[in-house]
Amino acid sequence: MHELLTAQPGSRQLLLGNEAIVRGALEAGISFATTYPGTPSSEIGDNFYRISQETDLYFEYSVNEKVALETAAAAAISELRTMCSMKHVGLNVAADALMTLAYVGVKGGLVVVSADDPSMHSSQNEQDNRYYAQLAGLPMLEPANSQEALEMTRAAFELSEAYKIPVLLRTTTRINHSRTPVEVGLLQPPRRSGAFKKDPFNLVTVPMVGRRLRVELLEKINKLGSEASASPFNRVEGKGGWGVVTSGVSYNYVADAVRELDMTDRVRVLKMGMTYPFADEICLDFLKGVERVLVVEELEPFLEDKLKILAQENGLSLEIRGKGEELLPRYYEFDPVQVKSAMARFFQLKYQPGQVEMESALPQRPPNLCAGCPHRASYYAVNKALGDAAAIYPTDIGCYTLGILPPLEAADFLLCMGSSVSSAGGFAKAQEEPVVAFIGDSTFFHSGITGLINAVHNDHNFILVILDNGTTAMTGQQPHPGIELTPEGRQTPKVDIEAVVRGCGVDRVETVNPLQVDKTVAVLKEMLEDKQRPGVKVLISKSPCPLFERRVTGKKQKVVFRVTNECDMCRRCLDELGCPAFTYCEDEEECAFISIDEHLCSGCSVCKQICHAIKPKKKTA
Amino acid sequence: MKAWRIFFTGVGGQGTLLATRVLGEAALLMNIPVVVSEVHGMAQRGGVVESAVVMGAAQSPVISDGEADILMSFEPLETLRALRKCSSSSLVISNNSPISPFAVASGREQYPDVGEMMRTVSNNVNRLIALDARSLAREAGSELSVNMVMIGALMRHAEMPFGREVVETVLNTKTKKAFLKMNLKAFDLGFQAE
Repeated sequence: MHELLTAQPGSRQLLLGNEAIVRGALEAGISFATTYPGTPSSEIGDNFYRISQETDLYFEYSVNEKVALETAAAAAISELRTMCSMKHVGLNVAADALMTLAYVGVKGGLVVVSADDPSMHSSQNEQDNRYYAQLAGLPMLEPANSQEALEMTRAAFELSEAYKIPVLLRTTTRINHSRTPVEVGLLQPPRRSGAFKKDPFNLVTVPMVGRRLRVELLEKINKLGSEASASPFNRVEGKGGWGVVTSGVSYNYVADAVRELDMTDRVRVLKMGMTYPFADEICLDFLKGVERVLVVEELEPFLEDKLKILAQENGLSLEIRGKGEELLPRYYEFDPVQVKSAMARFFQLKYQPGQVEMESALPQRPPNLCAGCPHRASYYAVNKALGDAAAIYPTDIGCYTLGILPPLEAADFLLCMGSSVSSAGGFAKAQEEPVVAFIGDSTFFHSGITGLINAVHNDHNFILVILDNGTTAMTGQQPHPGIELTPEGRQTPKVDIEAVVRGCGVDRVETVNPLQVDKTVAVLKEMLEDKQRPGVKVLISKSPCPLFERRVTGKKQKVVFRVTNECDMCRRCLDELGCPAFTYCEDEEECAFISIDEHLCSGCSVCKQICHAIKPKKKTA
Repeated sequence: MKAWRIFFTGVGGQGTLLATRVLGEAALLMNIPVVVSEVHGMAQRGGVVESAVVMGAAQSPVISDGEADILMSFEPLETLRALRKCSSSSLVISNNSPISPFAVASGREQYPDVGEMMRTVSNNVNRLIALDARSLAREAGSELSVNMVMIGALMRHAEMPFGREVVETVLNTKTKKAFLKMNLKAFDLGFQAE
């Protein structure tokens, strides 16, 4: 049984923030959960997935975040306790639904998890999603560790149901991906089935309904303001004339700084856990009791601005600071020394961080496509087919974005999920060079299809390569509508990518296995040279992610490849393919040679097809 | 109680996350406050993987530059790269068996001399323990047990708030049964290594 189901109430577990959120939801009797995977939120869905196979919980990997939230909204309006989790940029995709769902509200508790990624560990931007709570008008909770993640999740369901409004649980990477001890509580069984009551004049947002709901939403937010001031998640610690206001992971940096700068008797810390609606009463009380305030929060001055407004409205003139060159930045996540330094500077305490040795000119170690990754073969084929011809490569979000690196260098433009297809159309219309766009299979389902229809509709002239590796690889091999390989065996895909592409109106579609190099290059050349038929052409480059295939099928690798002494050191394998199993070495007489690491080689055979000196051999265990 | 800030670095696939998890579970077992912070997602594709275990009188999940009491490095080039986390009072435990980054493997850059790197590290910290964790792991049964060798060395050379038997209890209860024998052997080889 799943560990989160067997953990005994009252026992202490070392849980990831994401696991604590799942346990909290189970303790609240969650019945329905949806997600689209995205770091740092993915383990929430992955745990729900496993748990749903052992309990009455309904869980789905939806095709994108908007779909996930709309599906979740229906469950919640049908009285089921529901969670919808996503990464911060996923909430942009779901924002259209979110904004009006706030008007319509819910009947069963609905908790929307937004996992933000300050410092962009695995993201394209570091937007501060706390503003979504304010923009939509939703109460928001921000945990500072796994224990709070569990408690706030539980409380979020209660709050959501009490006020009939979705609640935003906003985390950051260091909360999602840190383990801290958690005392777990009692599990509540899920409800098997919900019930929908027709109520079109509250649930169908035509203008006359929307107008009324808008006013009702503002009334809810007003009432929730008093709830925030009374919330046990907003509390004051310590005593003294100095003030610090903080929330989320930053609270830990503040707590360490207070201890290490020996400020315990001099500083009061307002630790905020419910950060929207703003807890005016408790904050005003706090401001009246201190001489000056430092606000310690990552990214934007969300709390700082609200405190300043509150002070102005109440005629308080104390100094409130946070963001600024000499204090704390608006970019990247914090670290303890940064917070300690800012607090020491603001409160004029002596503190000198230690001298740090910096090594600069070390060889870098960026992440790389794995040995045997079919994406490498696809990029190689495109580079070969184009030869020296210039081309523009719009790309998309997934492992294959790593094609940006040398020697493949097959990435020129990227905004967000799905932008490859639509921007390719724009490039094709805006300039003369040929355009070859790349998108992964899961990303294609997520938001590539709309762009493809647009390209057909508007006669955009480009080649779209759909890199179909049969799974959502980067976030941990989650399924999508087109999967064929499952632990139960090979199945017919529920939604066939080639059929979708044809259904979108694309005439020229071909599916190839990129591990067959010559064939793939030939098809690409044909597509590039075909000037008779303008418009979008689609190449489905289909070969499973080897890590996924090995995990699911248990297939044993039979061959590896080796470089024989026929090698003339042309270096094409290193300079054009860039497989991490290859190594350039020198022997004792400084004579150079190339070898393949048998432990890393996955036996894909792509290198053998581009070089006569590479030969197969039986893999020894 | 004092604070223990242990910074882990290595290359994707070396099992640093299991190592940090094991220490975290050991602290939990002994009722010592603990935070384990991990890196998931894109950073794992053969790139540098950094994680941290913070125990005792500290609760920040991140370790700042200059603040690591202990640096546990699974790869010598990464030891030097993570030197910024250390101060003159740090203990460094480093695997000295290299894994070439792609720029080196493709012959475009040189891998720095391991002996020289270790000297630089040694000159800037209180104490350096360098060991060939890869060979010891092979001796235990598989290179995959480098992480257990490293934890063994940590339990031998660092003043930890719990003894090796606590770590062994965690290995017994929290790691996969199929690898238990190998893990315990690797742990012991790391503990015995000079």
